Amino acid sequence: MLMPRVIPCLDVRDGRVVKGVQFQGLRDAGDPVALAQAYQEQGADELVLLDVSATPEGRANATETVAAVRAALALPLTVGGGVRVADDAARLLDAGADKVAVNTAAVQRPALLEELAARFGSQCTVLAIDAGVRAGTEEFGQGWEVVTHSGKQRPGQDAVRWAREAERRGAGEILLTSWDRDGTRSGYDLDLLRAACGAVSLPVIASGGADTPQHMAEALGAGASAVLAASIFHDQDMSVDDVKAALQALGVRLRRDSTSSRSQGTQP
Amino acid sequence: MNEVLIVRTGTANTASVIAAFERLGCAPRLCAEPEEIREAARVVLPGVGTFAAARDALGSLAADIQERIFAARPTLTICLGLQLLAEGSEESPTARGLSILPGHARRFSGEVRIPQLGWNRVEASGSCQLLESGEAYYANSYRLDPVVPNGWAMASTQHGEAFLAACERGPVLACQFHPELSGPWGMRLLQRWLDAARSWEDQAC
Repeated sequence: MLMPRVIPCLDVRDGRVVKGVQFQGLRDAGDPVALAQAYQEQGADELVLLDVSATPEGRANATETVAAVRAALALPLTVGGGVRVADDAARLLDAGADKVAVNTAAVQRPALLEELAARFGSQCTVLAIDAGVRAGTEEFGQGWEVVTHSGKQRPGQDAVRWAREAERRGAGEILLTSWDRDGTRSGYDLDLLRAACGAVSLPVIASGGADTPQHMAEALGAGASAVLAASIFHDQDMSVDDVKAALQALGVRLRRDSTSSRSQGTQP
Repeated sequence: MNEVLIVRTGTANTASVIAAFERLGCAPRLCAEPEEIREAARVVLPGVGTFAAARDALGSLAADIQERIFAARPTLTICLGLQLLAEGSEESPTARGLSILPGHARRFSGEVRIPQLGWNRVEASGSCQLLESGEAYYANSYRLDPVVPNGWAMASTQHGEAFLAACERGPVLACQFHPELSGPWGMRLLQRWLDAARSWEDQAC
């Protein structure tokens, strides 16, 4: 049985981890390598690193950050931010990413997903969708629409349909962020998760709004294969292992391999 | 000598494999020289995108890898690197594998999410020397049946159905999962493979 993953997310700008609500009011949250190492020791199952740099100089730094994190990390690493063509993805993979996430560029040019899947494989191709609640219209009922350019634009595309199209085009995983919940710590958008997980057979990572292990258990119950969070871990409210212990207590079966509570390897 | 040759296939994402061996104090180096790949003390064949692309990229090096596995020289193959040891794959019906392992890779079936992305339980059989039971990280849509030839020991995993997690024969180790991404458990497995390679070298000298 595949186990649900607990994934700390590092938003990196100019070589530093930052945090903020909907990319507003960014505050420094630490050194990416130190944080990655800490989360690895606490038993994280994977890390996501999103480059939120605003400038080309910042982008160039991101590649170095990926290489530095990779050197320290024996876990899967997904990297996103600024990937517009397959060569951008190749650069991140060469630096040490295992999977590459695309967002706005794939909305603008969906064939990018096919190009990435053909060159690197579906297991390497993650589609990040930022989904915002949409008021009901005549054409669509109430639902969620795709949000791009870090929240600045809403091109009028249904988020769940986009997930389904992405699967057909070769994406291997969906990183689904609720734009309305992101950074609010009010819980994942469970209706959004249920709709997306029901629409695709790909694994879906729940993102946006996590505050408690209870929220994470609910997201997994709604069909998510993994739960992503940033604030909980960066604020040191709970370690990854604390969260996993709490999830276990809630009946979730997952991997515990932190250095503080290492499960004994079975000896032959 | 701590050199580990990583087969350069052009499409593989090798950075994670290189980083893992560097953390273990080795000197990993990308290589596509047939003679070196046949004779080197340690060779790793990492996983790549699709079966056909990987087989094409490997080209005539396939024969060199086949030879070193038959000669039981220390070899580690990862993810698609394990599937390439089979006869072929449903993913790319015209491409032929190395036929060291029986059967063809098939897509996962049943009510499971595909690709299998994440951590899953590995159950190692009692005859394994390198493999231990534990949790490993997978990233695959295709898999082999849990069957190995005589002389091989194996580990299996469940994702809708049982499949071949890994198999070993002396210092030859083939893993469907990614040991380089499987945390402390994976690093310990890589260390045991390096230790097995060292004893093999000591005996060969």
